[in-house]
Amino acid sequence: MWSMDTRIAWRNIWRNPRRTALTLLAIAFAAGLLVFMVSLQFGSYEAMITSAVGLHTGDLQVRADGYGEDYAMHLVVADPEAVRTVLAREPEITGTTCRARGFALLASPQRTYAGMVMGVDPDGEQAVSTLSRIVRRGRFLRPDDVNTALIGEVLARNLRVNLGDEVTLLGQGRDGSIAATVLVVTGVFRSGQTELDRSTVYIPLSHFQDVFAMRGAVHEVVLRTGRLQTSSELGRRLDALVAGLDMRPLLRVRTWFELMPGLLESIQMDLASSAMFHLILIAVVTFSILNTFVMVVFERTREFGVLLAMGATRGRLIRILMRESLLVTLGGVVLGLAVGSAVTWYTQSTGIPMGDAGRLMAEYGLPERIYPRLGLLSALLGPAVVFGLTMLAALFPALRVRRLRPVAAMREG
Amino acid sequence: MLLTLAWRNIWRTPRRTLTIMTAVVIGLWAMVLAGALMRGMMASMLDNSLQALVGHIQIHQRGFQDDPVVENRMTDTSVVTDLLRHRLGDTCPGRQSPCWSLRVRVPAVAANARHSGGVSMVGVQVEREAGLSVYGTAGIEGSWLEPGDDRGIVIGRALARAMGTRVGGKVVLMSQGADHDMASRAFRIRGVFHAELESTEKQFVFVSLAASQAMLRIGSGVTEAAIGLPSDRDPGELASVVRAALPGDYEVLTWRDMLPVLQGYVGMFDLFLYIWYVVIFLAMAFGIVNTLLMAVMERIREFGLLKALGQSPGSIVGGIVLESAMILALGAVLGTTLGVLSIWSLADGIDMSVLARGSEFLGMSRIIRPAPMLHDIVGANAVVIVLGVLVCLYPAFKAGRITPVKALAHT
Repeated sequence: MWSMDTRIAWRNIWRNPRRTALTLLAIAFAAGLLVFMVSLQFGSYEAMITSAVGLHTGDLQVRADGYGEDYAMHLVVADPEAVRTVLAREPEITGTTCRARGFALLASPQRTYAGMVMGVDPDGEQAVSTLSRIVRRGRFLRPDDVNTALIGEVLARNLRVNLGDEVTLLGQGRDGSIAATVLVVTGVFRSGQTELDRSTVYIPLSHFQDVFAMRGAVHEVVLRTGRLQTSSELGRRLDALVAGLDMRPLLRVRTWFELMPGLLESIQMDLASSAMFHLILIAVVTFSILNTFVMVVFERTREFGVLLAMGATRGRLIRILMRESLLVTLGGVVLGLAVGSAVTWYTQSTGIPMGDAGRLMAEYGLPERIYPRLGLLSALLGPAVVFGLTMLAALFPALRVRRLRPVAAMREG
Repeated sequence: MLLTLAWRNIWRTPRRTLTIMTAVVIGLWAMVLAGALMRGMMASMLDNSLQALVGHIQIHQRGFQDDPVVENRMTDTSVVTDLLRHRLGDTCPGRQSPCWSLRVRVPAVAANARHSGGVSMVGVQVEREAGLSVYGTAGIEGSWLEPGDDRGIVIGRALARAMGTRVGGKVVLMSQGADHDMASRAFRIRGVFHAELESTEKQFVFVSLAASQAMLRIGSGVTEAAIGLPSDRDPGELASVVRAALPGDYEVLTWRDMLPVLQGYVGMFDLFLYIWYVVIFLAMAFGIVNTLLMAVMERIREFGLLKALGQSPGSIVGGIVLESAMILALGAVLGTTLGVLSIWSLADGIDMSVLARGSEFLGMSRIIRPAPMLHDIVGANAVVIVLGVLVCLYPAFKAGRITPVKALAHT
């Protein structure tokens, strides 16, 4: 079943079990650690994206071309119902809602602050975003509400308003007219994102449209698909569909990563910097193993000399040596993969408590624990790199055998 | 005598010694370099947050922290300025010494014909502010404010872009005055600053202290006194001195009080760094133990002979530990040197501007500069030498147990 060379390699490995075990453990340590670390990273990225998509952008959005640059009032989706009708035929879309946003001065009897006013559809918003879940006091908006407001916690504190108090809104409508109304605070939310908590007020979309002279228009149609991965391809297809409506201003479909380029880039940046640290770790392990290989060759120089003198070819010696390295490396990688995956699998269901940082995160409505995410990529990436580099290190003894002269080798040691 | 013996022993087989040493050198190099890079990222995050927050220590009227409005200003600044002048001197020779400055900082609306948006209006003592915040240190088109210039304003590049304006353009600021009425005033843009973070460029507009006081009609009142410290100095000590010296109607806060999240981050960071050290150490320990074990087996006849001549197991163990410690120390010195050299060659920083928006999101600068800390380097060396000697005990005890008979039987 095994070839002669493999069998010799196998026996050679177990000539010194302690050494083999240590080498194997070193490889397993690196591989296992990487499985866990990479899965942990992927898990935290997914949590970040899910929470941002859930609260802010949705998976996809239909907006007027250029709207994202400075949120100009006049760049609207003129006929949101037509857009939704077209999108309703797409089975992948699980939910849609409309939003509008304007900039306004918000004044209480004592204070005045500048803020962002978001018009949201109470029912639609609850189906699509996590906004209703971060209401800390009072209640979320209801469909029959008129001039009610859900206000950020910091803004409420700055304005010195509480549930039931009135806030005067003064802004500029879509057509440049003055937009003014009096809002009644029915809820206070806290997202943990300072910007949002400090400056945002949510009001019912219908009231927003009246006050800001929107004439039925909105600024964003938010779509959920429930699957982050398909967004890009789906986005292109929907873009063509929406363009077919020929609405003025021109409509475009944007995916969550186009809407929040900072989020994606921060993930890439984290990936780049952690890749650097992982590579340093792998380099140290590789050197550690190279160390062992070097010593083994020195120790066995005499043996190689004898084998060569007896007529073994250098090629065959190299084959046997490479096979020894392959067996040990493979053993180590498989062991690391198994233990790493098992630990990851276990923590995936329980989560990893983050101590003080966890309490802070809970304060902001984020999960208190980090859940690693074991996937094919996150499991295999680290071990594959370890395997490749270790086998590269294994070339060292092989190269040495090539330069070996039998007589000199036998005299050594 | 023992030292000389150990020293000669390790150079009897230079190849083996060098092999072990390489592992130590690589390990320490990795620890020192990665540690400095991590500190660098942390420092840039901290720096950017502090610049946005402006200052390591802030003094307010009690209540301002909870409700940062102009009503909660300090009407009489003499108590605070006398104390600061007495404690820190009146001039600010540069970033390496503590500086202080008075400010008015209130939320405002900045508007021109094209755009209006919320900003923080900061009235600064123009001759003092430089070095305390982004003001006076960031890159600028045009110029910073001249002393006595009460009509000039400096805004950030991102805000200027949103407003479609540049140096020479007009900006109107509106804010709530001390009497609850809206106060507004027109300013001419003297300079446009470039900050590390776009959010800083969007958030802050700077006018002279006198201009802000006149606009808000608050006389000589200010909202805060800020103290900037050299970055390696802990603010707690000075803060408690200042707190004790001021009457109870002032509150003295350090950045640790103002940014609890960042504080938590910094704490977690030290832990991460040491976990990293131990992980790297474990990775290299496998190689060291393996090599030492092989060395012991190679020298089995020598140890057998020493035993036969009457040497105690303890002195054999001691000898091997001493040899290992020497190799570890030598490797540590070389590795640290190599690490410091790498840090030095990276002193200009690693440019991350390809992912500029990502660094913005994380609140980091576009360029990551390694920030080596002496205690990190000492810590890395300590981890390697202490844990290194510990793991060397295993091969050493194996050597100590060798008997002359076993050694003879070994071929």
